[in-house]
Amino acid sequence: MIRIEKLSKVYYPGTVNEIAAIRDVDLHVAEGDFITIIGSNGAGKTTLFNLVSGNQPATTGRIFVNDTDVTSHAEYKRAAYIGRIFQDPRLGTAGRMALEDNLIIAYKKGMKGLKISLNSRRRDFFREQLTKLEMGLENRLKDNVGLFSGGQRQALTLLMMVISRPSLILLDEHTAALDPKNASIVLDLTTRFIREYGLTTMMVTHNMGQAIAYGNRLLMMDKGEIILDVAGEEKKNLTVEKLIDKFHKIRHASFENDEALLSP
Amino acid sequence: MIEGILVEGLIYALMALGVFVTFRILDFPDLTVDGSFPLGAAIMAAMVVAGANPWFALLVAFAGGVSAGVVTAMIHNKLKVPHLLAGILTMTMLYSINIRVLGNRANIPLIRQETILSQVAAFGAAWFSTEWSMFVFFVIVIVVTKLLLDVFFRTDLGLTIGALGDNPQMVIATGVNPEHLKVIGVALSNGLVAVSGAFAAQFLGFADVNLGLGIIIAGLASVMIGEFLLRSNRIGVLTLRVILGSILFRAIMYLGRFYGYYINLTPNDLKLITGLLIIVSLIITKTRTPRTRPWKPLSNSAIPEPRPATGPAVIEETDQ
Repeated sequence: MIRIEKLSKVYYPGTVNEIAAIRDVDLHVAEGDFITIIGSNGAGKTTLFNLVSGNQPATTGRIFVNDTDVTSHAEYKRAAYIGRIFQDPRLGTAGRMALEDNLIIAYKKGMKGLKISLNSRRRDFFREQLTKLEMGLENRLKDNVGLFSGGQRQALTLLMMVISRPSLILLDEHTAALDPKNASIVLDLTTRFIREYGLTTMMVTHNMGQAIAYGNRLLMMDKGEIILDVAGEEKKNLTVEKLIDKFHKIRHASFENDEALLSP
Repeated sequence: MIEGILVEGLIYALMALGVFVTFRILDFPDLTVDGSFPLGAAIMAAMVVAGANPWFALLVAFAGGVSAGVVTAMIHNKLKVPHLLAGILTMTMLYSINIRVLGNRANIPLIRQETILSQVAAFGAAWFSTEWSMFVFFVIVIVVTKLLLDVFFRTDLGLTIGALGDNPQMVIATGVNPEHLKVIGVALSNGLVAVSGAFAAQFLGFADVNLGLGIIIAGLASVMIGEFLLRSNRIGVLTLRVILGSILFRAIMYLGRFYGYYINLTPNDLKLITGLLIIVSLIITKTRTPRTRPWKPLSNSAIPEPRPATGPAVIEETDQ
């Protein structure tokens, strides 16, 4: 499904500020995988997503999606099969435009033509889809998205993404900017959509409990490398304590700073 | 007097609509306008003097404006130059090109030439005076242009261009190359501006290489004045208010020209007045009651009470 080979990213190469954000990462994501990724700040989680989504070019290495080499494909081309949700709910939707206009833009991927696709049949379809969010948005098709709360916008972004059936979805701490109540609503929706549509998912989180509770596979990143890859039964039996213990064994490093960053 | 203001306002409304497309819809402050406006005028004048059909000349003027827009967008896209600089580059190059188009001269008079406006005046002479014939003609031109723009910005492509000005990341996420959209938007805008320049040359009776000096500011002032008149998020209202803003702006300039000498104003002061008008508009916009409800990262309103779904959903803009 997704194959990453010897991927690395170096910022400011050849200068004193040179930083290797990703070092020789190999990763194979199987169809239907739900992978959670944890790691402290600067571990390279977001950089990994930037490379996979095509937001930034890789320094070396290759990325394959369904056996097609997409390493040189631009971000907008990869967007046809890779969906991504950011931490900031405002990034996924156009706030100054009506809800129905947002949905029609997201409905069909690729360059748009001079057709007016928005008709009453589409509106009915959108209403039906919006009902799944259980937020009453189906009655607000003509409202500007900017009027919605952060939770509503993030739920909407999620819906707009799954409506186009991507092969892979990247969730970049997509509930971190929401209050606890909204965060759990959006997270519940996420898992429901992932199950319903059988979406292959990679989810970055700062919350170890979340990383353990969700998904079938867990990656831990540190200093640009994947240092831990747990799946199946082992993943099910994981606890926060075991995870911290494993980190100590691998890195022989003090985890104190990271413990402060990774809330259990 | 009043018909003069109306006709001028309508001619320059085409230009203001172009400025509106780049500044407000595309969020691409495009300064090419200062060059593409006299380009349209120059093409029209040069072709009419050479004996070409003025309607064909109008089409060529539009194409000239479109090309200027494409050049600006390409400089911005391919060389990763900021949009302001890309526009200034094209505008500066157009100054030389315009003089070439005018036949190595700074201006061409159009007196006693067969233009679209002389045809219109001859056609309408049975019913109206020359000025009112032009007024009727330009009302038709503007209404058709406005409706075409309204329809365009309701198509899938038009909506996506609108989204680009609002949130480029979202446009990328829908699998569209934002560079293509910028080319289309800036080209369309400059095409409109060049047509406006072509009509202005016929109305003024000459084309001059300096016709575009500060025209972008006039366009921006028209757009901003329009924003005081009506508030909406409907594209039909947005384009309408640009046209109304343009007419009002011309009325203010007319008053400045006509009554300004009582306070020692000369026509040379009009650019200063235009600039001050924009600054005042900005101040008023800034100090007006807050219109945005900022997004709160930690609000407790999980599900706000649903609003009544009936009635027209005309919402005030949330962000400017």
